[in-house]
Amino acid sequence: MTLEQIKNRLSDQFKSSIIKNENLAEHQVEIKGEDWFDVATFMKNDPKLSFDQLECITGIDTGEDGPLQTHYNLHSMEYRHKIEAVISHDRKDPKVASIEQLWRIGDWFERETYDMFGIEYTGHRDLRRILCPDDWEGWPLRKDYEAQESFHGIVVPKIKEEEGWE
Amino acid sequence: MGVVQGDQMVLNIGPQHPSTHGVLRLEVTTDGEIVSKITPHLGYLHRCFEKHAENVTYEQVIPFTDRCDYLASMNSNFGYVVAMEELMDIEISERVQYIRVIMAELNRVASHLLALGVYGLDIGAFTPFLYMLRDRERILDMFEYTCGARLLYNYMWIGGVSHDLPKDFVKICVNFLDYFEPQIEEYNNLLTFNKIFIERTADVGVIPAEVAISYGVSGPNLRGSGVKWDVRKDEPYSIYDRFDFDIPTGTGEFGTLGDCFDRYWVRMLEVTQSVRIIRQALKDLPEGDVFETMPKKIRPPAGSVYRRTESPRGDLGYYIVSDGTPSPTRVKMRSPAFTALSCLDEVSSGWMISDVLAILGSLDIVLGEIDR
Repeated sequence: MTLEQIKNRLSDQFKSSIIKNENLAEHQVEIKGEDWFDVATFMKNDPKLSFDQLECITGIDTGEDGPLQTHYNLHSMEYRHKIEAVISHDRKDPKVASIEQLWRIGDWFERETYDMFGIEYTGHRDLRRILCPDDWEGWPLRKDYEAQESFHGIVVPKIKEEEGWE
Repeated sequence: MGVVQGDQMVLNIGPQHPSTHGVLRLEVTTDGEIVSKITPHLGYLHRCFEKHAENVTYEQVIPFTDRCDYLASMNSNFGYVVAMEELMDIEISERVQYIRVIMAELNRVASHLLALGVYGLDIGAFTPFLYMLRDRERILDMFEYTCGARLLYNYMWIGGVSHDLPKDFVKICVNFLDYFEPQIEEYNNLLTFNKIFIERTADVGVIPAEVAISYGVSGPNLRGSGVKWDVRKDEPYSIYDRFDFDIPTGTGEFGTLGDCFDRYWVRMLEVTQSVRIIRQALKDLPEGDVFETMPKKIRPPAGSVYRRTESPRGDLGYYIVSDGTPSPTRVKMRSPAFTALSCLDEVSSGWMISDVLAILGSLDIVLGEIDR
């Protein structure tokens, strides 16, 4: 299926769940956070779409005023087509349904995004930090992150702000 | 740690254990010798690659990618520059394309040799390891001759490569390939068709195809399960569509489809295919300037790109977001070893502890890439 056909099939089924966003690239489609689990289930199980491989989950912080985002790169081994689903989260309380039980790799990818951005994937059976230590404070990849000063007596070095890239 | 009941025992493998190929701790719950659950604990090698990448310029990210997958740094570089070139939409000179493919495939051979040799070591065969490391050394010598580094090259740059090939490189490389090809048969006689090795690996740790896809397992591990999927063929990047090569898949030759032996055997067959690609690339290598297409200023337009390439461990993806400034807003690395390790729990439950190490070795993980 071409990108256009995939998008049409999705909007036929979930008319109200798809958000029109001019800023997105052609291969991206933005979906309402509260409907994500239903859309994801459909994308995986629909015989015409059959997205059986979750390539990647990427968390993105769009800046201080913008929302946090989760990007899901989906791919179908059967039809060899792909699409990227985008979910935006409220900065104060980032939350979305977990798709860990649909694609098993979602388990670790969601843990990683949770670890780095603090996005909570509700329904995840084992949501805890994966790369950072369990008692680390803060969400390192957020733009407004400030590292804690010391960790178990070890001083955490500050990243120096360098100016003048030109 | 969960509640321990009856005869159950919790055992720690690692963080410092030769079979974990790095710094990884496996919390293994066992019932006697039988494993019932494995919880991997990662992060011992976490060096904040993604955070660092946001604080440096686009070119300065490349040395970091070396240090992620330190056994196949060329392929790590390759994935990043391919993604960057797609984002910036620039054309690359023909010579650079060929050099990149030669280097990436040589590095794939080197990485597979280490994986196969160390796998023998995990199982208890010491000699093949020395044979394979001897030949890997010659590949590293060629890299050193080209760019001065043996393991961490920083060789592929956006739009070009850091050094042109030395004048006699083609001759040296062809000499090496002529020497190397008969060695593969020797490895097979030494290790592959050894009865003890087959007994230890065949039928052990079977990953069915649908489980592998659901866990995002990729590369030789996925092909070992019989799925014919190779990014070089299915989503061609660079100039891979010009070469003639096969994608070996597992057949369950001595046991079940998708067992440890199949994953090992696919790697061995891939070495032969890489040699085929290198020979074709050396034959067609055009003349030219390697710095010609390198942009003076790297300032990609605002936007994002997700591109995956085939590293020796599988689908290596880079998600790069740019806002038009000289440093990236976000660089995410989709690491193939990370996804391969995630299926360890499901695959190993029910097997003995010694088999867990055989399964872990067959997945060919590199902790530098998992922890980033």
